[in-house]
Amino acid sequence: MYDRYQCPDCGYTYSEEVGDAHEGYIPGTRFEDLPEEFTCPDCAVRYKEDFQKQCA
Amino acid sequence: MKKFTMQDSGRGAISYQDNKRYLWLASVIYPMVALSGIGMYWTTGSEWSFLVPLLFIYGVSTLFDGLFGVDTSNPPEELVGQLEEDTYYRWLTYITIPIHYAVLLILATFVGTQAVSIPAVVALAITGGIYSGLGLVTAHELGHKKSTLERNLAKIVQAVPAYGHFCLEHNRGHHRDVATPEDPASSRMGESIYRFVLREIPGAFRRAWKIEQNRLERRGESRWSWRNEILQSYALTAVLQVGLLVAFGWIMIPFLAVHNFWAWWQLTSANYIEHYGLLRKKEASGRYERCQPHHSWNANHVFSNLLLFHLERHSDHHAHPVRRYQCLRDFPDVPSLPTGYFAMFVAAYIPPLWYSIMDHRLMALPHIGGDLDNVNVAPHRRAVLEARYPKTPSILAEAA
Ligand SMILES: [Zn+2]
Repeated sequence: MYDRYQCPDCGYTYSEEVGDAHEGYIPGTRFEDLPEEFTCPDCAVRYKEDFQKQCA
Repeated sequence: MKKFTMQDSGRGAISYQDNKRYLWLASVIYPMVALSGIGMYWTTGSEWSFLVPLLFIYGVSTLFDGLFGVDTSNPPEELVGQLEEDTYYRWLTYITIPIHYAVLLILATFVGTQAVSIPAVVALAITGGIYSGLGLVTAHELGHKKSTLERNLAKIVQAVPAYGHFCLEHNRGHHRDVATPEDPASSRMGESIYRFVLREIPGAFRRAWKIEQNRLERRGESRWSWRNEILQSYALTAVLQVGLLVAFGWIMIPFLAVHNFWAWWQLTSANYIEHYGLLRKKEASGRYERCQPHHSWNANHVFSNLLLFHLERHSDHHAHPVRRYQCLRDFPDVPSLPTGYFAMFVAAYIPPLWYSIMDHRLMALPHIGGDLDNVNVAPHRRAVLEARYPKTPSILAEAA
């Protein structure tokens, strides 16, 4: 079961199932395994803890 | 003129017409002003003509900012989505790209083929640098967007001022760290622009390189890989500038050196004035508070904003970096510069003038309230500034 997490400012969505190839997160990378200094790849003004888990 | 409309359940019918819709063409045409000096020279034969584009950028734009004043119109929040989707606005940014290339090529061809004096070459190189610096404004507008097309176009246009690391550094570095002592691209109170530039240019370069290196490491690729987005843009710069060197010979070495430096200096100038002295508070978690509208200096003057894709509405840009220029809003109570960017650049070049204009404005901001603890202060000036702005009884009472 994979989850999706969304940036509350710009809407960027991190899908654990897909990962983010450009950023170097392979498919299946858990959100909690992203580095602590992770910021939104699109707007960079929201931190990891700001991301909101999407309802499936 | 195109009208945006919608039915809002609470407010009923909402409509909006963008009065600046066609005026945005000014941002497209503006880089071409760089060529006006050559045009004048061919008509008059006087080398003084080469000063015309410089007079325009600092003199005319400042005069018109005073004449046309500020613009407080905003699109209604409900219609921002529709306005964002209107592709007319992004086409304007696309067609600005070849203009930046053409301006540099024409100036270089002129310098490479016409017998003009050394001061004329210097004036043309500085002019080229200033207007190629505007290429970073175009790259800035494009590079903040989510589409691959726009991000690639940003890499192409930032090759003109030879600043291939701009978008990475700006989007992922500056926006994250803005208005903190850690940001090499946010200036500190009491720090002159000449001290700032020595921190800003190398600091920005290192930060961009580190961000890209980390990304490539996660992908299991070398930092020297062709996928390195900084190197992609540098490669384009190399093709362009080595090409000019081969075509026009040694004169291109000083011409391009001055051009490149002056283009970077435009970015330095903008970075210097956009967040001077402003400071985000550190929270208990160790993170800085979110960037608020009061963490950027704004100029809401209609004329210079039309030349800069609304860059001077800087608070909204930092609050929502992905938002397109046509949608950026003015806020009533944000830190405001007395005039547009270009005149403020000149003030910054004369540090005592800059301090006399800005320091009291900074200290008077409501969230600072005269308290230096709320200011991003240059460490080497702290003692002097503490003596000049002592803690008043009301600040001490509030702290207690
Ligand atoms: Zn985001």
